[in-house]
Amino acid sequence: MASHENSLDPIVLDDEDLSRRDVILIAAGGFTAIGTAAALWPLLDQMNPDASTLSLATTEVDISPIEVGQAITVMWRGKPIFIRHRTAQEIEQAKATPLDDLIDPLARNVNLPDDAPATDENRAVPEREPLLVMIGICTHLGCIPIGQAPGQYKGEYGGWFCPCHGSQYDTAGRVRIGPAPQNMYIPPYSFTSDTKIKIG
Amino acid sequence: MAHPSTYRPASGVAKWLDERLPVARVMHDQFMVYPTPRNLNYWWTFGGILTFMLVAQIVTGVVLAMHYIPAEDRAFDSVERIMRDVNWGWLLRYAHAVGASMFFLAVYVHTFRGLYYGSYKAPREVLWILGVLILLLMIATAFMGYSLPWGQMSFWAVTVITNLFSSLDAVIPGLGTTLVQWIWGGFSVGGPTLNRLYSLHYLFPFIIAGVVGLHIWALHVPGNNNPTGINVKSPAETVPFHPYYSIKDGFALVMFLLLFGALLFYAPNLLGHADNYIPANPLQTPPHIVPEWYFLPFYAILRAVPDKLLGVVTLLASIGVLFFVPWLDTSKVRSTSYRPIYKWFFWAFVVTCIALGYLGSQAPDGWYLFFGRVFTIYYFAFFLVVMPVLGKFERPRRLPGSITEAVLGHEASAAKPREREAVA
Repeated sequence: MASHENSLDPIVLDDEDLSRRDVILIAAGGFTAIGTAAALWPLLDQMNPDASTLSLATTEVDISPIEVGQAITVMWRGKPIFIRHRTAQEIEQAKATPLDDLIDPLARNVNLPDDAPATDENRAVPEREPLLVMIGICTHLGCIPIGQAPGQYKGEYGGWFCPCHGSQYDTAGRVRIGPAPQNMYIPPYSFTSDTKIKIG
Repeated sequence: MAHPSTYRPASGVAKWLDERLPVARVMHDQFMVYPTPRNLNYWWTFGGILTFMLVAQIVTGVVLAMHYIPAEDRAFDSVERIMRDVNWGWLLRYAHAVGASMFFLAVYVHTFRGLYYGSYKAPREVLWILGVLILLLMIATAFMGYSLPWGQMSFWAVTVITNLFSSLDAVIPGLGTTLVQWIWGGFSVGGPTLNRLYSLHYLFPFIIAGVVGLHIWALHVPGNNNPTGINVKSPAETVPFHPYYSIKDGFALVMFLLLFGALLFYAPNLLGHADNYIPANPLQTPPHIVPEWYFLPFYAILRAVPDKLLGVVTLLASIGVLFFVPWLDTSKVRSTSYRPIYKWFFWAFVVTCIALGYLGSQAPDGWYLFFGRVFTIYYFAFFLVVMPVLGKFERPRRLPGSITEAVLGHEASAAKPREREAVA
């Protein structure tokens, strides 16, 4: 593999043991490549969430103070979680919407199978339908939609409105007017008691 | 070494680029076929090792900066977080801290190599001066980096070293105090000081990288010195850098990394001080404060002088004198191998530096102080007396006629050229 034509050195020109040299060269190159890759991994992995970040992966929320028609926002993994105590009218409105009218027909609920349809039942928890828990991040480019606080514009479907690019969500957090491509995501959560949920 | 370019673009694209920005040509001519004296020994591998260490320090440093917080009340905790929580943080921080020690070990070997073989003599004065400049920048960078964990040793190292400038009060009253407050950004070492030290610690390595580029450029104009100190007389006395010295440098680097790895994985705190795991406390100085090992000789020189201003001047002069070595040494012979008397003085100088390092770690009183002064005097006498005077009186050993003769002996070197022609 050494370049014989341009070499000035008679030792290289005379060398007949070329296969031995090739083996040494490939072995050395191989070890260098493996060693470099092994050294590179810590340099890349250090950017992943560290132990102290992972330890903040669950959040417990007391939902008893949330009155009908009220909404609160809590933090989970640095993201806003919208929790809305929906009115009977809002639930009815969401249930009455035909699935064919939706931009995104999937529930986007990690607590259910990936292909669950975006019915209102699949967006909330059975028997606890007034409570809607979802990640309050617009699926377009990550802005936080408005509509949580009383008096804020909630869009034409009475849910949420994203101020960045005008996406609108209905009372089940499903996208109804683009450019957002998907419904807002439901985080993993469960009821630990009648008044508490654990997110994450 | 100036040599006609042998680069031939292998493709149309390569030719197109070569006519616009001949990067590949420079790499080929300067790092592949670059003619290198065929007799370089392992002391010549430290340039490559140092290049590796600079890159390693920059890479680990950039990564650590992603997690470090340069704030007075959070710096210490952020370093502890790197050690405990950040993925591989312990490895990256220890690699950076032990890496600084390995960097200095290599740079000192490299410097003594240059001193022994007269690599600073014409036509390599600029090469040498750039090297001393890199050493100075390294010292500044290492000092600033040591401040960042904001432990007790960090804090008091910054206090002591920045206070060196207050000695200027002895020249113009108030000048030193004004300067020190400017450096601190306050009336004592604090948050603003830490912030600026961090900013500059991030900047300096890139300045070093720039000067290293010039250092290599200044090396490639006259070409390498070699253990005989005799000029290369014919192309036959050189070999192409690649593969001959890329392999030799690579092997030396692996050996060097074994030592690095041993310290890194088995004794990462061996060269540090336990006190630096105590958060900085401006109300209490540790009972025994010493710099990192690589600054100990200079620290001993500082303490050998009983006057504040003169101590600082002597400290600066101990590095500054290196700039003048090309003109202080009057001998016409480069390599110490051919200087029978100078050789003794040279090794005495090496012993002096090691002794000053030991004395710098001890409390400065009694015999320690006495010997600190003796060795400080020899340190300067070596440069200011031995180098200029001995060069005029010493009778060097007979120099070989050529590198080939030095390596193969007189007869072989006479026979070799004909043999070479026959092969060619």
